[in-house]
Amino acid sequence: MRRVELFMTKDIRIRKGLSINIKGSAIKKIEKIPLAKSYALNLQDFHLVMPKLTKKVDDFVKRGESLFYSKTNEELVFVSPVSGKIRDTIRGDRRKILNIIIESDGKDDFVKNKPINLKKSSAEGLKSKLLSCGLWPFIKQRPFDIIADPNLNPKSIHVSCFDSAPLGVDFEFILKDNIDVFKIGLDALEILCPNNVNLGIKKCQSFFSEELSNYNTTVFDGPHPSGNVGVQIHHINPINSGEVVWVVKPEDVVTIGNFVKNGEYIPERTVAISGPPVENPMYLKTRLGVELKSLTKKVKLSKGYSLRFINGDVLSGHKVSPDGFLGYYNNNVSVLKEGNEYKLFGWIPFINNKVPSIYKTSFSWLTNSKAKEYDTNLNGEERAFVATGEMESVFPMDVFPMQLIKECLIGDIEKMEKLGIYEVSPEDFGLIDYSSSSKIEAQTIIRDGLDYLYKETQ
Amino acid sequence: MKIRKTLDNLKKPFEKGQKLEKLYPAFDAFETFLFVPNHTSKTGAHIRDAIDLKRVMITVIIALLPALFYGIYNTGYQYLIQTSEAFTTLDAIIHGSYKIIPMIAVSYIVGLSLEFLFAILRGHQVNEGYLVTGLLIPMIMPVDIPLWMVGASVAFAVVIGKEAFGGTGMNILNPALTARAFAFFAYPTYMSGNQVWVSEASNVDGVSGETILGMLAAGNSPEQFGIMEMFIGSIPGSIAETSTLMVLIGAFILIYTGVGSWRIMLGGVIGAAITGYLFNLWGANALMSFNWMSHLIVGGFAFGIVFMATDPVSAAQTMKGKWIYGILVGVLCILIRVFNPAYPEGVMLAILLMNVFAPTIDHYVLESNIKKREQRVKNQLKTA
Repeated sequence: MRRVELFMTKDIRIRKGLSINIKGSAIKKIEKIPLAKSYALNLQDFHLVMPKLTKKVDDFVKRGESLFYSKTNEELVFVSPVSGKIRDTIRGDRRKILNIIIESDGKDDFVKNKPINLKKSSAEGLKSKLLSCGLWPFIKQRPFDIIADPNLNPKSIHVSCFDSAPLGVDFEFILKDNIDVFKIGLDALEILCPNNVNLGIKKCQSFFSEELSNYNTTVFDGPHPSGNVGVQIHHINPINSGEVVWVVKPEDVVTIGNFVKNGEYIPERTVAISGPPVENPMYLKTRLGVELKSLTKKVKLSKGYSLRFINGDVLSGHKVSPDGFLGYYNNNVSVLKEGNEYKLFGWIPFINNKVPSIYKTSFSWLTNSKAKEYDTNLNGEERAFVATGEMESVFPMDVFPMQLIKECLIGDIEKMEKLGIYEVSPEDFGLIDYSSSSKIEAQTIIRDGLDYLYKETQ
Repeated sequence: MKIRKTLDNLKKPFEKGQKLEKLYPAFDAFETFLFVPNHTSKTGAHIRDAIDLKRVMITVIIALLPALFYGIYNTGYQYLIQTSEAFTTLDAIIHGSYKIIPMIAVSYIVGLSLEFLFAILRGHQVNEGYLVTGLLIPMIMPVDIPLWMVGASVAFAVVIGKEAFGGTGMNILNPALTARAFAFFAYPTYMSGNQVWVSEASNVDGVSGETILGMLAAGNSPEQFGIMEMFIGSIPGSIAETSTLMVLIGAFILIYTGVGSWRIMLGGVIGAAITGYLFNLWGANALMSFNWMSHLIVGGFAFGIVFMATDPVSAAQTMKGKWIYGILVGVLCILIRVFNPAYPEGVMLAILLMNVFAPTIDHYVLESNIKKREQRVKNQLKTA
C-alpha cells in the first residue's frame, strides 16, 4: 500500500509571494477545554450544499448522528459534533439555513461503528462508510473548492501539512501526539486514490519528513502562499480541464484516522486563537463548531476598541460574530482590531510608516522582520484597475491572475477555462486582495466566477 | 480632532437621500484628500496593504518634481542666454516659473473640472490618475504654447482620450501623450520647428532655438552642445524633457518604490541603444551617425520611457509583454528619429503606437500560456 519502492522527496522553491508577520501568534502551548454549552454547524462552510434536515428543533442527537444531508446527493450526510438537543436553526434570506445549533447534554454519547480493517477495504466500501458516517465533508475537491463529488474519481489527493498564512498554525506541533492516527488517515486516503496521495511539507519540518518518509512528500520552501494546497497541486501535478483533485486538511486526516481505528466520529480541533489584540495567544483543543465564547474567555483581549473575529486566517477567513461558532474547516480564530478610523493625510508617502506595504512608499519595509499590528482598515478607497504587476508578484502559479479576474468579471467561460480557472481557488487570491492598490476584491470575484462556471457546466 | 468634526458636519448634506447626494463624489474627493477614510474590509482579505492609488500617484508626482524644477530653471536659462545679458540662477527660475506655473494651473483647473464632472455624472469617485496626467501635460509642451491651447489639449485628452473609453483604467492611449499629440497635429506651428523650444525665441533676432534633433534632421551638426550639457539638460526642448540627470533621479524613485516598471524602462534603453548602434554602423545621414549613447540623452526619449511608456494602463500588462513593449518603444523611437525628417523626435509617436499594440502583445503572451496548458492536456492523454 505504501510507496516504499517509489520513495522520493522533491524540493520545490516558491519565490513569489509574501509572508506577513503579524503580532500575536500563538505560543506553543495546548490547553484542552472541556465540553462547551453549545455547538453549531455553519452551513456557509459547505459551499453550494443545499441542506435537507433529518432532525427537527428539540430533537436529540448523538455525536456522529445525521443532522442533514445534501439535496443534490442524498448519500452526503452531515453529522453532529456533540450529543444533545437541537436548540435552533438560524435562517437568513429566503429561509436559507445559516446555522444549526446543538445544545450539549454533557453526556457526549456517540454512534458506535465497527472499526475498519483497511487491508480488507475496497475504495467503494470505504467511500460509502465515510459518506454515511459524516466524514466525507472533510474531503474537498478542486476545481470549484467544494465538498468532493463522491461519484468522480480523483487524479490525486493532496494534503498540505503546513500553514504559511499570517498567524498560521504549526501542524507539526498540533499533530505530534496524533501522528499514528494521522498515518492511518493517510492510509485510508491511499485506498481512495492508490499511489497518489501527496503531502506538502515545509523545509524545516524535520519531524514530519522523518515520520512521513514512507509517503509521497514534497518539500516546499518560500513565502505564503506556499502552504496553500492549490499552489502545491499546481507545482506537483497541475489540474487540467476535466480532472478532479481532492484535498484534505491535516487535522481532518486525523479525524478520518480515528474513525477508521475506533469507529468513532471525534471531530477534534486544535485552534490557535491569535492576533494583535490577543494578549496571551495560544492553542486550544476543542471541537469543530464550538461556540467562540468558550475560546475567547480563555484568552485576554485588549479593550477599548471594537474587535473583529475571523474563522480562519486573516487573508481568506470569514468574519464571525463573537457569539458565533468555530468554522468546520478552520484551525485559526484570528482577532483583529477594527480599523474604522480616519488617518489624516495617511496617503502621503513616508507619512504613515506603521502599515506595511509591498511597495516601498514608506519606511515600514525597514522593520519588516518585526511583527506588526495590523487592523482591518482598507487603507484607501476602491478604484479601477490601474497598477499592473502587483498581482503577479504575490501569485506563484503559471496563471495570469489579473487577466483571469477580468474574465471572471466578464463571465467568459471559454476564456476562464483557457486561463486556468480550474487550478485556482479563492484562497489563492488572498494576497492579491491584500496587496491591491485599487482594493480589488479578488477572492469574491474568483468565488463568483467559479460558482458561475459550476452552474453553467455541471 | 477639530477638522474631522467639521468635515463630518459638512458631509451630512452629501449623504444618501440628502439634497446634495449627487455631488457626493466631489465632496468625497476633498474628504479623502485630507483623510484616508475609515473604510474597513468587508469581504476578502481582512488586512490590507498600505498602498492605494493616491499614494501611487503622489509617488509619481514626487518622481516628476526634479525634472519639473530643472525644466523651470532651464526655461529661464534658455531665454536669458539668448539676450546675452548677465543673469543669475534666480532670474532664470523666476522667468521659468512665470512661464510654466500658469500652464500647470490651466492644466489642473481644466482637467480636474472635467474629472469631477464625469465623476458626478457617472456616480463614481474621482480618480487620482489626473494628478499625474495634469502635471505631465505642461511638462511635455513647448514653452511658448498659448494657455488656451494647453486647455484645449487637456480637454481633448480627458474627454476623448480617457472618458470616451470608460474612464480611468480603460483608456488605450496615454492621456498626457494624447494631449500632446492633439496639440502637435492641431497647432503644428506652435509644436514644432526651430522657434518654439526657447521662450520667446521668435522675438529675439538671430537666435536659433533649435533642438539638437532638429539640427540633426536638418543635416547640421550640434557642435555647440557637449555630452555633459545634453546629460544635465541645459539644451532647448520641451519644458521638462531635457535633463536626463533629473529623469534618472525620477526613474530611481519609481523603481525603488516599485511604482514604475523597470522592465519597460530597461527594455526601452536596450531597444534604443541597439537600434542606435546599428544605425551608427550604417551612418548614411547625420541622425544615423549620431552617437547611439547621445541618442539616449537628447530629446524626450529618457523622459518618455521613464514617465510615459510606464503608464500601467496603456502599457503592456504582462511581465513578458512589458519587456517586448519597452524594447519596441526604444526601437521605434530611434527608427522614427532617423527615417522621418518631419518628426525629428520619435518618442511620442513610438509610445502612442506601442500603446495601441500593447493589448496585442499581451494577447500573444497569454496565448503562449494557454498553449502550454493545452499541451499539458495532450501530454496527459498520451501517457494515460
